[in-house]
Amino acid sequence: MKEREKQARFEQTILPHLDAAYNLARWLTRNQHDAEDVAQEACLRAFKFFDNFRGGDSRVWLLTILRNTCYTWLQQNRPREAISSFDEKIHTPDSDASNPATLALQSANDQMLRQSLEELSTEFREIVVLRDLEGLSYKEIGDIAGIPLGTVMSRLARARERLKQLLVDRVKEEP
Amino acid sequence: MDCKETQNLIDPYGDGELDLVKNLEIDRHLEQCAPCSESYKNHQALRHGLKADSLYYRPSTALRSRIQSSLRKAAKVEASPRAVFRRWTGIAVSMAVAALVVLALLPVLRGSSAEDRLTSEVLSGHLRSLMANHLADISSSDQHTVKPWFAGKLDFSPPVEDFAQQGFPLIGGRLDYLENRPVAALVYERRKHLINLFVWPASETDVPTKAVSRLGYNLIHWTQSRMTYWAASDLDKNELQEFVQLVQNRTSPRP
Repeated sequence: MKEREKQARFEQTILPHLDAAYNLARWLTRNQHDAEDVAQEACLRAFKFFDNFRGGDSRVWLLTILRNTCYTWLQQNRPREAISSFDEKIHTPDSDASNPATLALQSANDQMLRQSLEELSTEFREIVVLRDLEGLSYKEIGDIAGIPLGTVMSRLARARERLKQLLVDRVKEEP
Repeated sequence: MDCKETQNLIDPYGDGELDLVKNLEIDRHLEQCAPCSESYKNHQALRHGLKADSLYYRPSTALRSRIQSSLRKAAKVEASPRAVFRRWTGIAVSMAVAALVVLALLPVLRGSSAEDRLTSEVLSGHLRSLMANHLADISSSDQHTVKPWFAGKLDFSPPVEDFAQQGFPLIGGRLDYLENRPVAALVYERRKHLINLFVWPASETDVPTKAVSRLGYNLIHWTQSRMTYWAASDLDKNELQEFVQLVQNRTSPRP
């Protein structure tokens, strides 16, 4: 049966990336239950459009669909988070290289990292997750988010800068 | 390479995204510049921290099996004889109708005025897309996928919006050829009816909408913000008008 074949092929090529899809959904929704719903919906959508998949990078393909599904979901359920915040300010007096943050950054634990990452805007969180947790190249990130390479580079730099600040603040607060 | 440039490139440097020459230049700069080397260390510390396994969320086995069973269900629906029959009769009917209409159109193609000729061109563009089963070169309901696809294929950037919430989901885009130039064709769906929205740059200023009906198809065209739009469909006039209204509201300059 043709549909059986399609399903088998889908399970072979696309489903191995469920981990990546779920991880991104979990970070974007910041909630297990919602992430599961979004990941499931994205997989069904991917299955529906699987005939259009022309080979190529199946992880990027699934993540693109997941991301679209996720943003639609955010728009419907948490419209404020879906708004892009291109001008998120970095409020360091000046991000001079001679900051004494190295020690602080090195003593940050996983818990602090998680909290700080969750505190980032959706857009910043997304790009850090795709690059540093998922290990995708700038090109792949650009394809998924539909942005040019230069934007990937500058957004990633700003996101990490912001993340560093949040972390350093957190480490300082610890007794 | 100075400090400023190094700072700007520190992220792509750490991510291995620079070419060899730039890489070496930064290597050299970091060797002699303590502040930059410190900030590179910060960068590495952050990246190292983010690699922690506990930050990577993995799906539960329950989710995995839930997804597999919903796929099985979806595959069954698609494979049911009724669905297959519906799909094939749909295609066959639309092809037959399109073939007839193209034949009927031949005399019209020799039409008189420029507008007449363009109407025929647009209509046959619409019909060709149904006939050859070549509806979309890029199938996606996401405007952010469809819009960039046109970049590099056209010398202008057509406005692309999805109106799924209003009942006109975007299903894809395609290149077409009208008035001796490549144009963008956006494809929308209303129930089972398809709408082709052709867009290309206009030389004249805004022109209000004008509706034409030909051979049972409805066409509405207008010019807005230096773009000419032609919507073609077998939808009834009022519904097509509703669609046109949506496009006009979305593509007018936003505050």
